[in-house]
Amino acid sequence: MIKILISLILFLMVVFLPVGYNVYTGKTAYIPVLQPPEQRGECVENVMFMRKKHSLLLEKWRDAYVRDGIKRYVSINGIYKISLTGTCLECHSNKTQFCDRCHDYLGVKPRCWSCHNIPEKVAKK
Amino acid sequence: MKVILPFFLVIAIVFFIYGGIKFYDAHIILGIIIPYVCFAVAIVGFVARVIKWAISPVPFNITTVCGQQKSLPFIRHSFIESPASRTGVFIRMLFETLFFRSLSRNDRAELYGNERRLIYGRDRYLWLASILFHWSLLIIVLRHLRFFLEPVPHWILFLQDLDSLFQSHLTPFYISNVLISMGILYLFFRRFKKRNYYISLPSDYFILFLIGGIIISGILLRHIYRADLYSVKVFLYGLIYLNPVPFGGFGVMFYIHFCLICILLAYLPYSKLMHMAGVFLSPTRNIRNDSRARRHINPWNYPVKVHSYEEWEKEFKDALKEAGIPQEGGNG
Repeated sequence: MIKILISLILFLMVVFLPVGYNVYTGKTAYIPVLQPPEQRGECVENVMFMRKKHSLLLEKWRDAYVRDGIKRYVSINGIYKISLTGTCLECHSNKTQFCDRCHDYLGVKPRCWSCHNIPEKVAKK
Repeated sequence: MKVILPFFLVIAIVFFIYGGIKFYDAHIILGIIIPYVCFAVAIVGFVARVIKWAISPVPFNITTVCGQQKSLPFIRHSFIESPASRTGVFIRMLFETLFFRSLSRNDRAELYGNERRLIYGRDRYLWLASILFHWSLLIIVLRHLRFFLEPVPHWILFLQDLDSLFQSHLTPFYISNVLISMGILYLFFRRFKKRNYYISLPSDYFILFLIGGIIISGILLRHIYRADLYSVKVFLYGLIYLNPVPFGGFGVMFYIHFCLICILLAYLPYSKLMHMAGVFLSPTRNIRNDSRARRHINPWNYPVKVHSYEEWEKEFKDALKEAGIPQEGGNG
Protein backbone atom coordinates (compact mmCIF):
# COMPACT_ATOMS: atom_id res chain seq x y z
CA MET A 1 0.00 0.00 0.00
CA ILE A 2 2.72 2.46 1.00
CA LYS A 3 4.82 1.37 -1.96
CA ILE A 4 1.92 1.97 -4.32
CA LEU A 5 1.30 5.43 -2.91
CA ILE A 6 4.97 6.35 -3.24
CA SER A 7 4.97 5.12 -6.83
CA LEU A 8 1.83 7.12 -7.54
CA ILE A 9 3.40 10.28 -6.15
CA LEU A 10 6.55 9.63 -8.19
CA PHE A 11 4.40 9.19 -11.30
CA LEU A 12 2.60 12.47 -10.68
CA MET A 13 5.96 14.17 -10.14
CA VAL A 14 7.11 12.91 -13.54
CA VAL A 15 3.89 14.17 -15.11
CA PHE A 16 4.43 17.63 -13.65
CA LEU A 17 8.17 17.61 -14.29
CA PRO A 18 8.01 20.01 -17.29
CA VAL A 19 6.33 22.61 -15.08
CA GLY A 20 9.14 22.32 -12.57
CA TYR A 21 11.84 22.28 -15.22
CA ASN A 22 10.89 25.70 -16.54
CA VAL A 23 10.68 27.11 -13.04
CA TYR A 24 14.17 25.72 -12.46
CA THR A 25 15.54 27.33 -15.63
CA GLY A 26 13.68 30.51 -14.77
CA LYS A 27 11.94 30.78 -18.11
CA THR A 28 8.31 30.32 -17.18
CA ALA A 29 7.23 33.44 -19.06
CA TYR A 30 9.74 33.36 -21.90
CA ILE A 31 8.44 34.31 -25.31
CA PRO A 32 11.05 34.94 -28.00
CA VAL A 33 10.91 38.35 -29.65
CA LEU A 34 11.95 38.57 -33.27
CA GLN A 35 13.95 41.36 -34.79
CA PRO A 36 11.75 42.44 -37.71
CA PRO A 37 13.52 43.59 -40.85
CA GLU A 38 13.69 47.33 -41.29
CA GLN A 39 13.65 47.76 -45.05
CA ARG A 40 10.39 46.50 -46.48
CA GLY A 41 6.77 45.82 -45.62
CA GLU A 42 5.82 42.27 -46.38
CA CYS A 43 7.87 39.16 -47.01
CA VAL A 44 7.80 37.02 -50.13
CA GLU A 45 4.41 35.69 -49.11
CA ASN A 46 2.11 36.90 -46.34
CA VAL A 47 3.17 36.62 -42.72
CA MET A 48 0.97 33.65 -41.79
CA PHE A 49 2.18 31.68 -44.80
CA MET A 50 5.79 32.44 -43.95
CA ARG A 51 5.32 31.48 -40.32
CA LYS A 52 3.84 28.11 -41.18
CA LYS A 53 5.49 27.15 -44.43
CA HIS A 54 8.76 29.04 -44.92
CA SER A 55 10.62 25.74 -44.81
CA LEU A 56 8.43 24.32 -47.58
CA LEU A 57 9.02 27.48 -49.62
CA LEU A 58 12.77 27.28 -49.15
CA GLU A 59 12.74 23.65 -50.14
CA LYS A 60 10.71 24.50 -53.23
CA TRP A 61 13.21 27.23 -54.04
CA ARG A 62 16.11 24.86 -53.65
CA ASP A 63 14.60 22.30 -55.99
CA ALA A 64 13.54 24.97 -58.47
CA TYR A 65 16.96 26.60 -58.59
CA VAL A 66 19.27 23.62 -58.28
CA ARG A 67 17.35 21.03 -60.24
CA ASP A 68 15.22 22.97 -62.70
CA GLY A 69 17.28 26.13 -63.13
CA ILE A 70 14.37 28.43 -62.37
CA LYS A 71 15.73 31.67 -60.95
CA ARG A 72 12.60 33.74 -60.36
CA TYR A 73 9.75 33.22 -57.93
CA VAL A 74 6.45 34.97 -58.56
CA SER A 75 4.10 35.66 -55.67
CA ILE A 76 1.31 38.15 -55.00
CA ASN A 77 3.85 40.51 -53.50
CA GLY A 78 6.09 40.62 -56.54
CA ILE A 79 8.83 38.81 -58.38
CA TYR A 80 11.78 37.59 -56.34
CA LYS A 81 15.18 36.25 -57.10
CA ILE A 82 15.47 32.71 -55.78
CA SER A 83 18.31 32.99 -53.29
CA LEU A 84 18.57 32.35 -49.58
CA THR A 85 21.56 34.62 -49.06
CA GLY A 86 20.57 37.18 -51.70
CA THR A 87 16.85 37.53 -51.01
CA CYS A 88 15.97 36.21 -47.55
CA LEU A 89 19.06 37.32 -45.70
CA GLU A 90 19.00 40.70 -47.38
CA CYS A 91 16.10 41.75 -45.16
CA HIS A 92 16.49 39.25 -42.32
CA SER A 93 20.15 40.08 -42.07
CA ASN A 94 20.65 39.00 -38.49
CA LYS A 95 20.43 35.21 -38.27
CA THR A 96 20.88 35.00 -34.49
CA GLN A 97 18.14 37.51 -33.85
CA PHE A 98 15.74 36.21 -36.45
CA CYS A 99 16.13 32.60 -37.58
CA ASP A 100 17.69 31.22 -34.45
CA ARG A 101 15.23 32.76 -32.00
CA CYS A 102 12.33 30.55 -33.07
CA HIS A 103 14.43 27.58 -34.10
CA ASP A 104 16.08 27.43 -30.69
CA TYR A 105 12.76 28.01 -28.97
CA LEU A 106 11.25 25.00 -30.72
CA GLY A 107 14.32 22.82 -30.92
CA VAL A 108 14.47 22.94 -34.71
CA LYS A 109 17.82 22.45 -36.36
CA PRO A 110 17.46 23.33 -40.06
CA ARG A 111 20.12 22.04 -42.40
CA CYS A 112 20.34 25.26 -44.43
CA TRP A 113 23.59 26.30 -42.87
CA SER A 114 25.48 23.13 -43.57
CA CYS A 115 25.93 24.53 -47.12
CA HIS A 116 25.01 28.21 -46.96
CA ASN A 117 27.13 30.96 -45.53
CA ILE A 118 26.09 32.99 -42.58
CA PRO A 119 26.94 36.51 -43.86
CA GLU A 120 27.99 37.94 -40.47
CA LYS A 121 30.43 35.13 -39.84
CA VAL A 122 31.97 35.49 -43.29
CA ALA A 123 32.26 39.26 -42.84
CA LYS A 124 34.07 38.84 -39.50
CA LYS A 125 36.74 36.68 -41.05
CA MET B 1 -21.66 -2.80 -35.63
CA LYS B 2 -19.10 -2.80 -32.85
CA VAL B 3 -16.54 -1.45 -35.33
CA ILE B 4 -18.76 1.06 -37.11
CA LEU B 5 -20.12 2.66 -33.96
CA PRO B 6 -16.75 3.68 -32.44
CA PHE B 7 -15.50 4.68 -35.89
CA PHE B 8 -18.32 7.14 -36.34
CA LEU B 9 -17.94 8.30 -32.76
CA VAL B 10 -14.36 9.37 -33.50
CA ILE B 11 -15.43 10.88 -36.83
CA ALA B 12 -18.17 12.78 -35.01
CA ILE B 13 -15.67 14.11 -32.47
CA VAL B 14 -13.40 15.28 -35.28
CA PHE B 15 -16.31 17.00 -37.06
CA PHE B 16 -17.38 18.55 -33.79
CA ILE B 17 -13.92 20.07 -33.34
CA TYR B 18 -13.75 21.09 -36.99
CA GLY B 19 -17.17 22.75 -36.91
CA GLY B 20 -16.46 24.39 -33.59
CA ILE B 21 -13.38 26.10 -34.95
CA LYS B 22 -14.60 26.80 -38.48
CA PHE B 23 -18.06 28.11 -37.78
CA TYR B 24 -18.23 29.10 -34.12
CA ASP B 25 -14.67 30.14 -33.29
CA ALA B 26 -14.93 28.03 -30.15
CA HIS B 27 -11.34 28.75 -29.15
CA ILE B 28 -12.21 29.24 -25.48
CA ILE B 29 -14.01 25.91 -25.21
CA LEU B 30 -11.66 23.80 -27.32
CA GLY B 31 -8.45 25.59 -26.42
CA ILE B 32 -8.88 26.28 -22.71
CA ILE B 33 -11.85 24.54 -21.11
CA ILE B 34 -11.48 21.12 -22.75
CA PRO B 35 -7.75 20.72 -21.98
CA TYR B 36 -8.11 21.76 -18.36
CA VAL B 37 -11.21 19.65 -17.75
CA CYS B 38 -9.72 16.63 -19.52
CA PHE B 39 -6.42 16.91 -17.69
CA ALA B 40 -8.18 17.21 -14.33
CA VAL B 41 -10.36 14.19 -15.13
CA ALA B 42 -7.28 12.25 -16.22
CA ILE B 43 -5.26 12.97 -13.08
CA VAL B 44 -8.10 12.52 -10.59
CA GLY B 45 -9.38 9.43 -12.36
CA PHE B 46 -5.92 7.92 -12.56
CA VAL B 47 -5.21 8.45 -8.88
CA ALA B 48 -8.66 7.18 -7.87
CA ARG B 49 -8.26 4.06 -9.99
CA VAL B 50 -4.82 3.23 -8.62
CA ILE B 51 -5.95 3.80 -5.03
CA LYS B 52 -8.96 1.57 -5.64
CA TRP B 53 -6.58 -1.14 -6.84
CA ALA B 54 -4.21 -0.51 -3.96
CA ILE B 55 -6.85 -1.16 -1.31
CA SER B 56 -8.16 -4.28 -3.04
CA PRO B 57 -7.08 -7.39 -1.14
CA VAL B 58 -5.13 -10.14 -2.87
CA PRO B 59 -6.67 -13.37 -1.57
CA PHE B 60 -4.29 -15.85 -3.14
CA ASN B 61 -0.70 -16.19 -4.17
CA ILE B 62 -1.56 -16.33 -7.87
CA THR B 63 1.79 -15.68 -9.43
CA THR B 64 2.09 -17.27 -12.86
CA VAL B 65 5.32 -19.09 -13.45
CA CYS B 66 7.18 -20.49 -16.40
CA GLY B 67 9.99 -22.18 -14.54
CA GLN B 68 11.08 -24.34 -11.65
CA GLN B 69 10.01 -23.03 -8.28
CA LYS B 70 12.58 -22.62 -5.57
CA SER B 71 12.53 -25.66 -3.34
CA LEU B 72 15.41 -27.91 -2.33
CA PRO B 73 18.93 -26.51 -2.51
CA PHE B 74 20.15 -29.03 -5.11
CA ILE B 75 17.31 -28.29 -7.54
CA ARG B 76 18.20 -25.28 -9.66
CA HIS B 77 15.28 -22.89 -9.70
CA SER B 78 14.44 -20.35 -12.33
CA PHE B 79 15.34 -16.99 -10.87
CA ILE B 80 13.30 -14.68 -13.12
CA GLU B 81 10.59 -16.95 -14.45
CA SER B 82 9.62 -18.17 -11.02
CA PRO B 83 11.05 -15.56 -8.69
CA ALA B 84 11.26 -16.37 -5.03
CA SER B 85 12.95 -13.11 -4.04
CA ARG B 86 12.08 -9.45 -4.40
CA THR B 87 15.04 -8.99 -6.75
CA GLY B 88 13.67 -11.69 -9.00
CA VAL B 89 10.25 -10.06 -9.04
CA PHE B 90 11.85 -6.71 -9.81
CA ILE B 91 13.77 -8.13 -12.75
CA ARG B 92 10.69 -9.93 -14.03
CA MET B 93 8.70 -6.70 -13.80
CA LEU B 94 11.47 -4.81 -15.55
CA PHE B 95 11.45 -7.25 -18.47
CA GLU B 96 7.68 -7.20 -18.51
CA THR B 97 7.36 -3.42 -18.70
CA LEU B 98 10.30 -2.76 -21.01
CA PHE B 99 10.23 -5.77 -23.32
CA PHE B 100 6.74 -7.30 -22.85
CA ARG B 101 8.27 -10.64 -22.02
CA SER B 102 4.99 -12.45 -21.48
CA LEU B 103 3.76 -11.36 -24.93
CA SER B 104 6.88 -12.82 -26.47
CA ARG B 105 5.64 -16.18 -25.26
CA ASN B 106 2.40 -15.87 -27.16
CA ASP B 107 1.43 -19.16 -28.77
CA ARG B 108 -1.36 -20.00 -31.14
CA ALA B 109 -3.41 -23.16 -31.36
CA GLU B 110 -4.93 -24.17 -34.66
CA LEU B 111 -6.72 -27.08 -36.29
CA TYR B 112 -4.41 -27.86 -39.17
CA GLY B 113 -4.86 -29.61 -42.48
CA ASN B 114 -7.57 -31.97 -43.67
CA GLU B 115 -7.29 -34.19 -40.62
CA ARG B 116 -7.81 -31.05 -38.51
CA ARG B 117 -4.95 -31.89 -36.23
CA LEU B 118 -4.51 -29.55 -33.28
CA ILE B 119 -1.09 -27.92 -33.53
CA TYR B 120 0.61 -25.22 -31.54
CA GLY B 121 2.90 -22.62 -33.02
CA ARG B 122 4.68 -19.46 -32.13
CA ASP B 123 2.86 -16.18 -32.64
CA ARG B 124 5.27 -13.34 -32.13
CA TYR B 125 3.60 -10.68 -34.29
CA LEU B 126 1.59 -9.27 -31.42
CA TRP B 127 4.79 -8.87 -29.43
CA LEU B 128 6.54 -7.19 -32.34
CA ALA B 129 3.66 -4.80 -33.02
CA SER B 130 3.41 -3.94 -29.32
CA ILE B 131 7.12 -3.23 -29.11
CA LEU B 132 6.93 -1.02 -32.20
CA PHE B 133 3.89 0.80 -30.93
CA HIS B 134 4.92 1.39 -27.33
CA TRP B 135 8.53 2.35 -27.90
CA SER B 136 7.57 4.68 -30.74
CA LEU B 137 4.94 6.18 -28.48
CA LEU B 138 7.56 6.81 -25.80
CA ILE B 139 9.88 8.51 -28.30
CA ILE B 140 7.01 10.59 -29.68
CA VAL B 141 5.91 11.72 -26.22
CA LEU B 142 9.49 12.65 -25.33
CA ARG B 143 9.86 14.53 -28.61
CA HIS B 144 6.73 16.53 -27.83
CA LEU B 145 8.41 17.80 -24.68
CA ARG B 146 10.05 20.43 -26.87
CA PHE B 147 6.74 22.28 -26.74
CA PHE B 148 6.80 22.33 -22.95
CA LEU B 149 10.44 22.84 -22.00
CA GLU B 150 12.50 25.98 -22.36
CA PRO B 151 15.37 25.79 -23.17
CA VAL B 152 14.86 22.52 -25.06
CA PRO B 153 17.22 19.98 -23.46
CA HIS B 154 20.00 18.58 -25.62
CA TRP B 155 18.89 15.00 -25.25
CA ILE B 156 15.56 15.86 -26.89
CA LEU B 157 17.43 17.45 -29.80
CA PHE B 158 19.57 14.34 -29.99
CA LEU B 159 16.49 12.13 -29.97
CA GLN B 160 15.00 14.27 -32.71
CA ASP B 161 18.14 13.99 -34.82
CA LEU B 162 18.17 10.26 -34.38
CA ASP B 163 14.50 9.99 -35.21
CA SER B 164 14.91 12.03 -38.39
CA LEU B 165 17.94 10.04 -39.49
CA PHE B 166 16.64 9.79 -43.04
CA GLN B 167 16.98 13.45 -43.88
CA SER B 168 14.27 13.22 -46.48
CA HIS B 169 13.04 16.80 -46.57
CA LEU B 170 13.78 20.06 -44.89
CA THR B 171 11.10 18.86 -42.49
CA PRO B 172 12.24 15.24 -42.30
CA PHE B 173 9.77 12.51 -41.49
CA TYR B 174 10.28 10.76 -38.18
CA ILE B 175 11.08 7.07 -38.11
CA SER B 176 8.97 6.66 -34.98
CA ASN B 177 5.93 7.98 -36.88
CA VAL B 178 6.31 5.24 -39.46
CA LEU B 179 6.90 2.54 -36.87
CA ILE B 180 3.96 3.54 -34.69
CA SER B 181 1.70 3.52 -37.76
CA MET B 182 2.87 0.02 -38.63
CA GLY B 183 2.33 -1.08 -35.03
CA ILE B 184 -1.17 0.28 -34.73
CA LEU B 185 -2.16 -1.04 -38.15
CA TYR B 186 -1.27 -4.54 -37.01
CA LEU B 187 -3.03 -4.06 -33.67
CA PHE B 188 -6.05 -2.84 -35.61
CA PHE B 189 -6.22 -5.62 -38.20
CA ARG B 190 -5.53 -8.21 -35.52
CA ARG B 191 -8.93 -7.34 -34.08
CA PHE B 192 -10.58 -8.55 -37.30
CA LYS B 193 -9.14 -12.03 -37.14
CA LYS B 194 -12.04 -14.34 -36.55
CA ARG B 195 -11.43 -15.32 -32.97
CA ASN B 196 -10.19 -11.89 -31.92
CA TYR B 197 -13.21 -10.22 -33.51
CA TYR B 198 -15.46 -12.44 -31.43
CA ILE B 199 -13.96 -11.30 -28.13
CA SER B 200 -13.48 -7.63 -29.09
CA LEU B 201 -15.60 -4.88 -27.65
CA PRO B 202 -16.54 -1.49 -29.09
CA SER B 203 -14.17 0.14 -26.62
CA ASP B 204 -11.27 -1.85 -28.10
CA TYR B 205 -11.97 -0.36 -31.50
CA PHE B 206 -12.71 3.08 -30.10
CA ILE B 207 -9.24 3.36 -28.60
CA LEU B 208 -7.64 2.17 -31.82
CA PHE B 209 -9.59 4.72 -33.85
CA LEU B 210 -8.84 7.47 -31.36
CA ILE B 211 -5.10 6.78 -31.29
CA GLY B 212 -5.15 6.31 -35.05
CA GLY B 213 -6.81 9.70 -35.40
CA ILE B 214 -4.15 11.28 -33.21
CA ILE B 215 -1.36 9.70 -35.26
CA ILE B 216 -2.90 10.71 -38.60
CA SER B 217 -3.64 14.27 -37.49
CA GLY B 218 -0.13 14.55 -36.03
CA ILE B 219 1.52 13.44 -39.26
CA LEU B 220 -0.73 15.74 -41.32
CA LEU B 221 0.06 18.57 -38.92
CA ARG B 222 3.75 18.07 -39.43
CA HIS B 223 3.85 17.59 -43.18
CA ILE B 224 0.76 19.09 -44.81
CA TYR B 225 -1.57 21.24 -42.71
CA ARG B 226 1.10 23.10 -40.85
CA ALA B 227 0.55 25.04 -37.67
CA ASP B 228 2.61 28.01 -36.61
CA LEU B 229 4.75 26.22 -34.05
CA TYR B 230 5.83 29.46 -32.44
CA SER B 231 2.29 30.28 -31.32
CA VAL B 232 1.70 26.62 -30.49
CA LYS B 233 4.49 26.68 -27.95
CA VAL B 234 3.45 30.05 -26.57
CA PHE B 235 -0.07 28.66 -26.21
CA LEU B 236 0.94 25.37 -24.56
CA TYR B 237 3.34 27.24 -22.31
CA GLY B 238 0.53 29.50 -21.21
CA LEU B 239 -1.67 26.49 -20.55
CA ILE B 240 0.73 24.75 -18.19
CA TYR B 241 1.27 27.95 -16.20
CA LEU B 242 -2.49 28.57 -15.94
CA ASN B 243 -2.12 31.66 -18.08
CA PRO B 244 -3.76 30.90 -21.43
CA VAL B 245 -2.68 33.39 -24.06
CA PRO B 246 -4.57 34.70 -27.10
CA PHE B 247 -4.70 32.29 -30.02
CA GLY B 248 -3.55 32.53 -33.55
CA GLY B 249 -2.01 30.60 -36.34
CA PHE B 250 -3.02 27.15 -35.21
CA GLY B 251 -5.37 26.02 -37.90
CA VAL B 252 -8.06 23.40 -37.55
CA MET B 253 -5.68 20.45 -37.76
CA PHE B 254 -3.90 21.56 -34.61
CA TYR B 255 -7.17 21.68 -32.72
CA ILE B 256 -8.13 18.21 -33.98
CA HIS B 257 -4.78 16.77 -32.87
CA PHE B 258 -4.84 18.63 -29.57
CA CYS B 259 -8.45 17.92 -28.61
CA LEU B 260 -8.23 14.24 -29.57
CA ILE B 261 -5.28 13.92 -27.19
CA CYS B 262 -7.27 15.69 -24.47
CA ILE B 263 -10.15 13.27 -24.99
CA LEU B 264 -7.77 10.31 -24.91
CA LEU B 265 -6.33 11.62 -21.61
CA ALA B 266 -9.78 12.04 -20.10
CA TYR B 267 -10.81 8.57 -21.24
CA LEU B 268 -7.58 6.97 -20.05
CA PRO B 269 -8.53 6.23 -16.41
CA TYR B 270 -11.77 4.52 -17.48
CA SER B 271 -10.30 2.51 -20.31
CA LYS B 272 -8.09 -0.49 -20.70
CA LEU B 273 -5.24 1.91 -21.30
CA MET B 274 -4.89 1.87 -17.51
CA HIS B 275 -2.64 -1.13 -18.13
CA MET B 276 0.11 1.48 -17.92
CA ALA B 277 -0.46 1.44 -14.17
CA GLY B 278 -2.13 -1.94 -13.98
CA VAL B 279 0.90 -3.88 -15.18
CA PHE B 280 2.70 -2.97 -11.96
CA LEU B 281 -0.22 -4.07 -9.85
CA SER B 282 -1.05 -7.32 -11.59
CA PRO B 283 -0.83 -10.09 -8.99
CA THR B 284 0.34 -12.63 -11.52
CA ARG B 285 3.46 -10.53 -12.09
CA ASN B 286 4.30 -8.82 -8.82
CA ILE B 287 3.95 -11.62 -6.28
CA ARG B 288 6.90 -13.76 -5.27
CA ASN B 289 6.43 -17.42 -6.06
CA ASP B 290 7.28 -18.62 -2.57
CA SER B 291 4.02 -20.29 -1.68
CA ARG B 292 5.90 -23.35 -0.39
CA ALA B 293 8.20 -21.34 1.84
CA ARG B 294 5.75 -18.79 3.17
CA ARG B 295 2.04 -19.03 3.75
CA HIS B 296 0.02 -16.39 1.98
CA ILE B 297 -2.70 -15.28 4.37
CA ASN B 298 -5.93 -14.23 2.76
CA PRO B 299 -6.51 -10.70 4.08
CA TRP B 300 -10.23 -11.24 4.52
CA ASN B 301 -9.81 -14.41 6.53
CA TYR B 302 -11.60 -14.18 9.86
CA PRO B 303 -11.62 -16.70 12.74
CA VAL B 304 -14.09 -19.36 11.63
CA LYS B 305 -16.07 -21.11 14.38
CA VAL B 306 -15.48 -24.81 13.79
CA HIS B 307 -16.96 -27.88 15.33
CA SER B 308 -14.33 -30.59 15.13
CA TYR B 309 -15.00 -34.31 14.97
CA GLU B 310 -13.54 -34.82 18.43
CA GLU B 311 -15.96 -32.29 19.86
CA TRP B 312 -18.87 -33.83 17.96
CA GLU B 313 -17.95 -37.29 19.20
CA LYS B 314 -17.74 -36.06 22.75
CA GLU B 315 -21.14 -34.41 22.40
CA PHE B 316 -22.90 -37.56 21.19
CA LYS B 317 -20.77 -40.00 23.16
CA ASP B 318 -23.69 -41.74 24.85
CA ALA B 319 -25.85 -41.96 21.78
CA LEU B 320 -22.98 -43.44 19.75
CA LYS B 321 -22.26 -45.97 22.47
CA GLU B 322 -25.87 -46.96 22.63
CA ALA B 323 -26.04 -47.52 18.88
CA GLY B 324 -22.82 -49.55 19.02
CA ILE B 325 -20.88 -47.31 16.68
CA PRO B 326 -17.13 -47.50 17.24
CA GLN B 327 -15.54 -44.29 18.39
CA GLU B 328 -12.17 -42.72 17.61
CA GLY B 329 -11.47 -42.05 21.26
CA GLY B 330 -12.26 -45.68 22.10
CA ASN B 331 -15.53 -47.00 23.42
CA GLY B 332 -14.55 -46.38 26.97
